[in-house]
Amino acid sequence: MNDKKIVEINNLEFTYYTLEGETKALTDINLDIYHNEIIGIVGPSGCGKSTLLSMISGLIKPSNGEIKINGNIVDKPLKNIGYMFQKDHLFEWRNILNNVTIGLEIQGKLNQKVIDNAKKMLVNYGLGDFMYSYPHQLSGGMRQRAALIRTLLLEPDLLLLDEPFSALDYQTRLAISDEIGLILKKENKTAIMVTHDIAEAISLSDRIVILTNRPGTIKDIIDIELSYQGERSPIKAREAPEFRQYFNRIWKELDIHV
Amino acid sequence: MYNDNMIKNHKEFLKNVKKRNRLILITQVGLLVLAILAWELAARFNLIDTFLTSSPSAIWKLFIKYITAGSLFHHIGISVVETIVGFLAGTILGIIIAIGLWWSDFWAKVLDPYLVILNSLPKTALAPIIIIWVGAGYSGIIVTAISISIVVTIMNMHASFKSVDSDKIRLLNTFGASKSQILTKLILPGSIPNLISTIKISIGLSWVGVIVGEFLVSKAGIGYLIVYGSQVFKLDIVMMAVVILALISALMYKIIAVVEKKFLNWIE
Repeated sequence: MNDKKIVEINNLEFTYYTLEGETKALTDINLDIYHNEIIGIVGPSGCGKSTLLSMISGLIKPSNGEIKINGNIVDKPLKNIGYMFQKDHLFEWRNILNNVTIGLEIQGKLNQKVIDNAKKMLVNYGLGDFMYSYPHQLSGGMRQRAALIRTLLLEPDLLLLDEPFSALDYQTRLAISDEIGLILKKENKTAIMVTHDIAEAISLSDRIVILTNRPGTIKDIIDIELSYQGERSPIKAREAPEFRQYFNRIWKELDIHV
Repeated sequence: MYNDNMIKNHKEFLKNVKKRNRLILITQVGLLVLAILAWELAARFNLIDTFLTSSPSAIWKLFIKYITAGSLFHHIGISVVETIVGFLAGTILGIIIAIGLWWSDFWAKVLDPYLVILNSLPKTALAPIIIIWVGAGYSGIIVTAISISIVVTIMNMHASFKSVDSDKIRLLNTFGASKSQILTKLILPGSIPNLISTIKISIGLSWVGVIVGEFLVSKAGIGYLIVYGSQVFKLDIVMMAVVILALISALMYKIIAVVEKKFLNWIE
């Protein structure tokens, strides 16, 4: 682990207003995230997990407190942050190559070199034969992989993943989360992943942040240390003896009553 | 052996599909031929009054006469040009106004009740006013066509712009996209399927505007032929004009369908 601080969150608070009144969604959030770390954020539904990601990405402004990325305060969407959504949001009218390069196109960085780079990346991640196909010709897992490539091509310092696998069926979800976990490690990325799937969080994350019910605040931060042979992969992580203990601990801390 | 059997079964299946499609086409054409034949025979044997109903052969003779005189293409040409100009202007203006409404949510809300009323108003009622204001010529007819087709275009396209997934907009925002980039990269291309279905409606409405306009003021055009024919009680002319109108509007619809198929290969 590297000591370089990528994200610094201080006394963060978010309140939103409706005609019925005001609702405090998040309060007293303090968190530092270091280079090359994958942070999992779990919490009961409606605890403001996605709101937290939106604030880190600069899409919405915090009501109080501040977020710094690489030492700079976030007050608008930053170009060094990549955001992955629940759905892949590929544009149906663009082929896969034009879909993965859209971020570069918007930022005016499109040239032959980055296009070649995009092609190489598509080939590396098994989409080489589908470069000129339209999204509807791809499976759900392939589409999500294309969405990841679209994000990675912008070479973000920080990736925000908002339940990125929840729209996929269970088998595809396991396979693609394994794959994306490996890609993130291989490309040395720092990432924050919001999920409601405890197992997914343990298998992918280095640390897990547990949020309380609304107003969401940090209840606990758990370091995940799993014993396994060889290179870490999310599927291997699920086989580690500690996996079950972490699962039970997080489940208890989430304190979910139906 | 098993494989051969499968191929054979598939061939059988394809044959049945083809057979059924052919039967549908034959029946469609047959119905038309039968109707024309019945009409013609009823006219020949004086079962119907040809003064009121005309007859296929009389319409055909008239058609040939108008073609050799050259005036038919003049009438068709004028109406088609009026329709296309009205339809294009209505569509372009309608899209521009819809973009404006998308851009400013405030004005979209302000103008909403007016659009609802304009949409429910039978706009043919406006035709006499428009013709008095704009002038009793081609321009009056074209403006009538625009006024009838534009409201549907505005409302459909604005609804289409607004129905674009807000997470897709958020995605572009995370790339740092400006509002005009969101418009050109996402909102407009994403609305092309809706634009084509709107065009299918508005081209028909544009025809309504042109025909109504020509009913009111014109010296030529298909609408003129219909009004002229009915005023001199020559139903042959009216029937011929209606048949031509049906053929041309069907042709235009077909052209749009072909364009749709050609350019929208990204749709499942």
